[in-house]
Amino acid sequence: MTDFLQASGAYVMCFFLIVLGLYGMILKRNYVKKIIGMTIFQAAIILLFILAAYKEDATVPVLDKVNIGSDPDAYVNPLPHALMLTAIVVGVATVGVGLSLLIRVYKGYGTIDEEDLLKEMES
Amino acid sequence: MTLHLPILILLVLFSGALFIPILSKLGTRTPWIIAVASSLLAFCLCLFLLFEVLEVGVIHYALGGWAPPIGIELVADRLSVFVSLVILGVSTLVLAHSRPSVERDNGENQVGYYTTALLAVGGFVGIISTGDLFNLYVFLEISSLASYALIGSSGKRSAVAAFRYLILGTIGASFYLLGLGFVFINTGSLNMADVAAILSEQGLDPVILIGAVLMVIGMGLKMALLPLHLWLPDAYTFAPAASSSLIAPIGTKVAAYVLIRLILGVFPTEMLTAELPLLDILGVLGAAGIIWGSVMAIPQRNIKRMLAYSSVAQIGYIALGIGLGTTFGLIGAVLHILNHACMKACLFLVSSNLETRGKGVEIEGLDASMRRDMPWSSAAFAVAAISMIGLPPTAGFFSKWYLLLGSFQEDRFIFVGVILISSLLNAVYFFRILERMYLGNPGPKGEVTASSGASGFLLVFSPVVLGLGLVLLGLGNAFIVTHLLNPMMPIAP
Repeated sequence: MTDFLQASGAYVMCFFLIVLGLYGMILKRNYVKKIIGMTIFQAAIILLFILAAYKEDATVPVLDKVNIGSDPDAYVNPLPHALMLTAIVVGVATVGVGLSLLIRVYKGYGTIDEEDLLKEMES
Repeated sequence: MTLHLPILILLVLFSGALFIPILSKLGTRTPWIIAVASSLLAFCLCLFLLFEVLEVGVIHYALGGWAPPIGIELVADRLSVFVSLVILGVSTLVLAHSRPSVERDNGENQVGYYTTALLAVGGFVGIISTGDLFNLYVFLEISSLASYALIGSSGKRSAVAAFRYLILGTIGASFYLLGLGFVFINTGSLNMADVAAILSEQGLDPVILIGAVLMVIGMGLKMALLPLHLWLPDAYTFAPAASSSLIAPIGTKVAAYVLIRLILGVFPTEMLTAELPLLDILGVLGAAGIIWGSVMAIPQRNIKRMLAYSSVAQIGYIALGIGLGTTFGLIGAVLHILNHACMKACLFLVSSNLETRGKGVEIEGLDASMRRDMPWSSAAFAVAAISMIGLPPTAGFFSKWYLLLGSFQEDRFIFVGVILISSLLNAVYFFRILERMYLGNPGPKGEVTASSGASGFLLVFSPVVLGLGLVLLGLGNAFIVTHLLNPMMPIAP
């Protein structure tokens, strides 16, 4: 068990965060809490990609000709970081759109609780 | 110039979106003109690209000169160019039609609507033309964010519907990203062709299978496949008329296209189906969606809501075609993407005309006066409805025909039954409207409330073109299938 946690504990944490985020997005009634869940969910996926890039004893991906040379194994894989930079931007934009929609919902109905809203929309 | 066509199409759309706010001071109609012009220009470029592709074969365009698999590439093959052509054609017609209803909803300030509309169309075309898995995610989010904004832009109800769509849509996109992560971790590549080559060499291990399942679930959410369709009816019903007629014909089809690409172009199909009954599940969910969507459409009182439920059913046809996995099934699916885009656009445009003319979108409020006051719109609606039911010689008949052939070939008689029964159900809910429109007495010609002149022409132009297009597509479907669809199918008949 300890071996497993040492080897892939970070992945287990990541998975836990994903489940937590999904729980918030699907089961919470308050729309702001849904957005918080969405942020957690996206952060967890970003962490998963960054974890995949991690290598033990590797250094930052800046070519160091004097000390390390051009051995790719000595550097961390930079691609996932670049990808996740884009994903972070997408995530921020999504939160922005979501919150601006929520402002309109709140101005229109005076509540952001899902069940109250559904009741109001029925009538 | 021909060398750069794949990127030019995207650049025209995105720079159009950029120029709208800059040039909007020139007049209130400038945004509309720019949007229609760039969409039309992109359509012409895409047509040009189609001839180019038919002549020289697949065109790979390396963005920024970085050769794939390191760089991002755009791939223009028959399938992708054909689907982008459909999308650009429909969006040009819808944007051209949208001016009166956008004027009604937004008044003088039309910059926001047309900018986001062009961004959404650009995102959709980007999804289709890209050959890179992560690039696809970025375009997916561009188009989705624009769609949320478009859907949420009318009243408070639309904001709630758009927010619920945003939550589910983000779950879908994030699932896709998560699955993409699993595939990337395992293969170290993001290029579709490269991933396919690596996978067919090293085989599928559980990590790839989980990735594939996550990506398919994500796309299922985006395309509103049966148990994941909950966002769709509210979003289409409460969205402003111009937005729902832009997004309903295009949005879900693009996700269906991605599914076709993933299953046929990225994951080795035979290995995947040997490990997982993914295609079977898609087919069964599609069949369930067909029945459920059609049954739910029957009791609806609001035309837009009825059309939304019928969208769930029509997506079911596409999923069923993909699920069959045979040539006939896929031809049916791709043909149905084309047909349904035209039919749904036509139907939603007519429902938008009803709102513009002040008739409302409640079915009970319709009577034969619609036939009298708006004869062309009524005719276009009738043709599109007949095509949805699937009567020859309209286009809808032929895609269902190929799906039926595919089901027979595979001995899936349940699917045959589902397609036939759903045609009857379609007839039930469309004839309900056609009866009100055509069988009553229109009464004396009342006061003409019609806005005449240019905007009256705009209102009928696009629905009539789409209606005629449906008949032409039906008559010319043999040409499309033999020249365009058959050669691009990966499996020999």
